[in-house]
Amino acid sequence: MAEIKKEHELIVTVSPHIKSEESTSRIMWSVNIALLPAAVMGAYFFGPRAVLAIALCIISALLSEYIYQKALNKKVSINDGSAFLTGLLLGMNLPASVPFYIPVVGSFVAVIITKQLFGGLGYNVFNPALIGRAFLLISFPKLMTIWTKPEAAFVQFDAKTTATPLGILKEEGLSKLIEVFGDKMNLYMELLKGHRAGSIGETSAIALIIGAAFLFYRGYITWHIPVSFLGTAAVMAWIFGAKGALFAGDPVIHLLSGGMLLGAFFMATDYVTCPSVKKGQILFGIGCGFLTMLIRLKGGFPEGVMFAILIMNCFAPLIDRGFKSKVFGALKETKAKEIKK
Amino acid sequence: MSSNSTSLKELFLNGIIKENTIFKLALSLCPSIAVTNNLKNGIFMGLAVLFVQTMVNITISLMRKVIQPKVRLPIFMLVISGWVTITQMMMAAFVPDVYAKVGLYIALIVAFASILARAEMFASKNSIMPSMADGLGMGVGFLFALTAISFFRELVGKGTLTLPTGLATQHVFTFVNTKPLLIMVLPAGGFLAVGILMAAFNWLDTKYMKKASHGTH
Repeated sequence: MAEIKKEHELIVTVSPHIKSEESTSRIMWSVNIALLPAAVMGAYFFGPRAVLAIALCIISALLSEYIYQKALNKKVSINDGSAFLTGLLLGMNLPASVPFYIPVVGSFVAVIITKQLFGGLGYNVFNPALIGRAFLLISFPKLMTIWTKPEAAFVQFDAKTTATPLGILKEEGLSKLIEVFGDKMNLYMELLKGHRAGSIGETSAIALIIGAAFLFYRGYITWHIPVSFLGTAAVMAWIFGAKGALFAGDPVIHLLSGGMLLGAFFMATDYVTCPSVKKGQILFGIGCGFLTMLIRLKGGFPEGVMFAILIMNCFAPLIDRGFKSKVFGALKETKAKEIKK
Repeated sequence: MSSNSTSLKELFLNGIIKENTIFKLALSLCPSIAVTNNLKNGIFMGLAVLFVQTMVNITISLMRKVIQPKVRLPIFMLVISGWVTITQMMMAAFVPDVYAKVGLYIALIVAFASILARAEMFASKNSIMPSMADGLGMGVGFLFALTAISFFRELVGKGTLTLPTGLATQHVFTFVNTKPLLIMVLPAGGFLAVGILMAAFNWLDTKYMKKASHGTH
């Protein structure tokens, strides 16, 4: 609309009259920036292959979106940052050692099947990046669980492989995990820094927290989902985390390892796929935390963040219905019936 | 009735394109997901349905004047289950390895909505030749859909193709050194494959049928 640009002229329009600078693309690009520290740390620990994997994810996500929208004669929206975000998130959720066709397949599934076929941005039921990753994990179970040892050396191509902290915890127990990292304090520090095996962008807790703090500061995410997600997971880890005894688990290890922080701050809070009512968001977060810990402690996979968020995505519309606020001035159903009679 | 106005060829093509059981009516999706992770199984399942559909249509059409309208549905069911039992026994005798995998779904053909629907809506009101054309068309449409789905799923999901003779081709993706998409042979991939092929089928249909109808009318 051209008339909005002429600010000093008298504008006669219907409400809303107060306009905000915010827009979808501004929010999307802010989230991209917030993810940058974690991505950089991933690149630092896992080397050039990690950079290539992320770059391939982003490029193929953008290309998929462009081709689909061109083919259907729709407005091309690759500049709004949402396809870029999907690619970046998917790349950060892959192990660094993946062969190069995997990011391409994953981005295609994420952007075209999960997002565009459901109607594009705003209409997708599931988080595109997570569906892309779930598709890849089920399609290539071996390749998607080869974890490179972080070496912090930028010129290495033949990396050693190792197990993730959660994998060790699941297979060999807590004492083995502490043994691998030296002592408990060292384990916490390494987890915080991100010097551990895992997906490219999920390892560095401190970088993820910095990114999330930026989003909190800008007001793009609220505390409801992350706090209830992490809180539930921590409580569950504390109560059921230790084998043989209740109330003896170590919640810190569970919070800092796996994709817990990346999931809680950046993926469960996706505007499109989480409930929009605040009370409902708390329930959503509790569900995510509960399912994550259920899968981690009792399930077949060592990590459950992805499946937990995807399962709760299904419930988002239902939660919204259950928690929708009362319409001002509207009568209760029973009362309305009485009046009708 | 419609037998006068529409030719046998049109009746036959109707079942394949305009009213394709799976891609257009979205019926009988259970076998189309359950048995199609292997080309051979898919083809034999399609052939079984083709046989049952055609024979049921012929039988019902032959009997249409003696069936009491009040008890027609039980009679249809008896005829269908009779033909399904024959198919089942024939498959158990001649292709036991396929029967071991798809046997359960062969028995389920009894409950296919499409077969009962054609018997009720078409065969019980039309003479033998149109009924046979209709049955063949619906059956071939089903066979085509199952072949397409199982071809797609096995090729993408395993990288091989098991031909009806039992011979499996080599892994076709080895030359580019990639792994096949395992998810496509799992149940979740069945839904994806049916959805993708259904979309492709309808897209092609609207694209070419519009042109064709513009040309003739």
